[in-house]
Amino acid sequence: MLKPDMLIDAKDIKSTITKLKNEQDYTILLDVTAIDYLQYPDVTPSRFAVIYILRTSNFKKQLTVKAYVDDKTLEVDSITDLYYAANWGERETFDQYGIRFKGHPNLKRVLNHHQFVGHPLRKDYEVTKGQICTETEDLMDEMIPLLKSKGYKDVDLEDLMLLNVGPSHPASHGTIRNFVAMEGETIKACVTEIGYLHRGFEKACETHNYSQVIPYTDRLNYCSAMLNNIGYCKTIEEMLGVDITPRAKMIRIIIGELSRLTDHIVCNAANMVDLGGLTNFWYIFAPRDKAYDLFSKLTGARLTNSYTRIGGLEFDLYDGFAQDLEDVLKDVEKALDDSLSLIEHNKIFHDRTQDVGVIDANFALDAGITGPNLRAAGVAFDLRKDAPYYGYENFDFDVVVGSHGDVYDRMMCRFEEMRQSMKIIRQAMKELPDGPINAEHPAILLPSKKDVYGNIEGLMNQFKLTFEGIKVPKGEYYSATEGANGELGFYAVSDGSGTPYKVKCRPPCYYALGGYAKIVEGGMLADAVVTMASMNFIAGEFDR
Amino acid sequence: MGLGAEANLGDSIITTKLDSAINWARSYSLWPMAFGTACCGIEFMSVAASRYDISRFGAEVVRFSPRQADLLIVAGTITYKQAPVLKKIWDQMCEPKWVISMGACACSGGFYDNYTTLQGIDEIIPVDEYIAGCPPRPEAVLDAIMRIQERAQDESIIKDRVKEYKGILDA
Repeated sequence: MLKPDMLIDAKDIKSTITKLKNEQDYTILLDVTAIDYLQYPDVTPSRFAVIYILRTSNFKKQLTVKAYVDDKTLEVDSITDLYYAANWGERETFDQYGIRFKGHPNLKRVLNHHQFVGHPLRKDYEVTKGQICTETEDLMDEMIPLLKSKGYKDVDLEDLMLLNVGPSHPASHGTIRNFVAMEGETIKACVTEIGYLHRGFEKACETHNYSQVIPYTDRLNYCSAMLNNIGYCKTIEEMLGVDITPRAKMIRIIIGELSRLTDHIVCNAANMVDLGGLTNFWYIFAPRDKAYDLFSKLTGARLTNSYTRIGGLEFDLYDGFAQDLEDVLKDVEKALDDSLSLIEHNKIFHDRTQDVGVIDANFALDAGITGPNLRAAGVAFDLRKDAPYYGYENFDFDVVVGSHGDVYDRMMCRFEEMRQSMKIIRQAMKELPDGPINAEHPAILLPSKKDVYGNIEGLMNQFKLTFEGIKVPKGEYYSATEGANGELGFYAVSDGSGTPYKVKCRPPCYYALGGYAKIVEGGMLADAVVTMASMNFIAGEFDR
Repeated sequence: MGLGAEANLGDSIITTKLDSAINWARSYSLWPMAFGTACCGIEFMSVAASRYDISRFGAEVVRFSPRQADLLIVAGTITYKQAPVLKKIWDQMCEPKWVISMGACACSGGFYDNYTTLQGIDEIIPVDEYIAGCPPRPEAVLDAIMRIQERAQDESIIKDRVKEYKGILDA
């Protein structure tokens, strides 16, 4: 049975994790979550357990730590003083499960609105029970202590201008609310509020069978839906112990890298709109539409493709795919050159982006920032290199690294990563093996229509899979892939039935946004806008 | 010296109905306020970008300021937390104003039938046109804009539009 790597006593959480951090180099906190065992078929020591997912500083190893929480107190020690990332991680666990973290500086809701009563991810919370929100929060409960911690007295507060950027603001890229205190044009304090697009992904997983979850994963990061499909299916396949076919692996790499391409295009195009350069947007959005044509031809949908299946893929590549793909790549290459020719030697662009929104490498690691945002800060971490899957180790490509961690580095890292992705795609197309796209496994993949209509086994198989879903062996498991914005992980718990008992998504954006307020403090408001654009926050992903 | 029609017409006067003249102007100069929250927002970016080019319909002046806009396009999921924000934006828009609900989530909550998602924006604001799809293709958005244009042509400027609407956030 799949189990977490460590099971510890709840009162040892702090000491154990301190030890793991200091002695065994688990310096990155990836995620915090909880499990409610109320309806679990096995007897557990208590109703709730908290889970911590950690990673070593060389990114090679990950570790899941689990502790059962005392039913009476529902309280565990906070580890916010060990990891900056724990701040939002613990808040989310409190919000969704009602587990309190002793010593947390600001334990309040983060995804649900402040008028919400109860904790939605508890098993006894009814999935459809919505609660109307009539007023927005004023956030002064966070802002005033923050300003006081920066040395402001009550009398000084009147000299500051308090301003809301978002939740509906053209420069906020999705529904993020940043509440800033400004002295002139300088941001002195910033409080980030999210949850405006919290769509209950994790609760939805618990009411749908394993295959039905795939369309929900599309809508996490809708700029690179197929990378999310792959991340989720890979987790479930690993729980099932299924190895997908070589062809399916290679197609997943091709499609995944193409999705990374479109994701980076949206990020950089929107970033340059925020900088006032609309021409770039026209230049690089056109080839993106061409990539979408290819996706439509392959999967039937432009944005939300649901292309992967547990155990393989929905369709094989169509005739003429290679030519279409090459056309897209050529167009993207040209668009990149065009776009870069406009900004490469542009003084305004350099002044607006260089030394702006700097993310310090140590802070990035502490806050759990991964992906291009971390690489731009000079840390060469990429799961495709450090914990390769699907044979990424056989490809010739570079991890793109910045030096300064500013907006310029993040944009240029993305530009270069697009080139690296194209390099991977071209190698993969050359090496593409023949053979089936789906694993031979009647308990996982739907039978062919010939069998459904032709024999009783096929018919029954179709019924069973459709009505009951894929039966995943009991246990819990964490797996991660390199999403477009960083480490995209899924922590799945199975009770042996066809419906996930719990799926926790570890979205890269959530932790990046958790660190955003710290990054923009001390900078100008206009710079905060481009900093936000360059970090590529996707609302569907951090809010889920 | 004018060009085209005005050159031929010279100093003549054209008579028409006030409704026709104003509705004609309104329908070909819609100023959309794009309330993009999620996936549909990304597709709306495609509508505005080079290939689909919303400016062919005279609706390219995408304003993120409700007071300058007359067409609200709700593109994306609206949660209960977001609902008061959306309602405030709709309230701030001056008459005449139209609303397009873009995509399954905005129309009905889509497949997010759960504790957090508003089951259709028509629970809080009146909607003129619904677009199906998850997300809809850009062509569908253009189609809805044309339907709004037809509506705008048909209305009388002296009559108030929607007044009797009452949503769950109206006290």
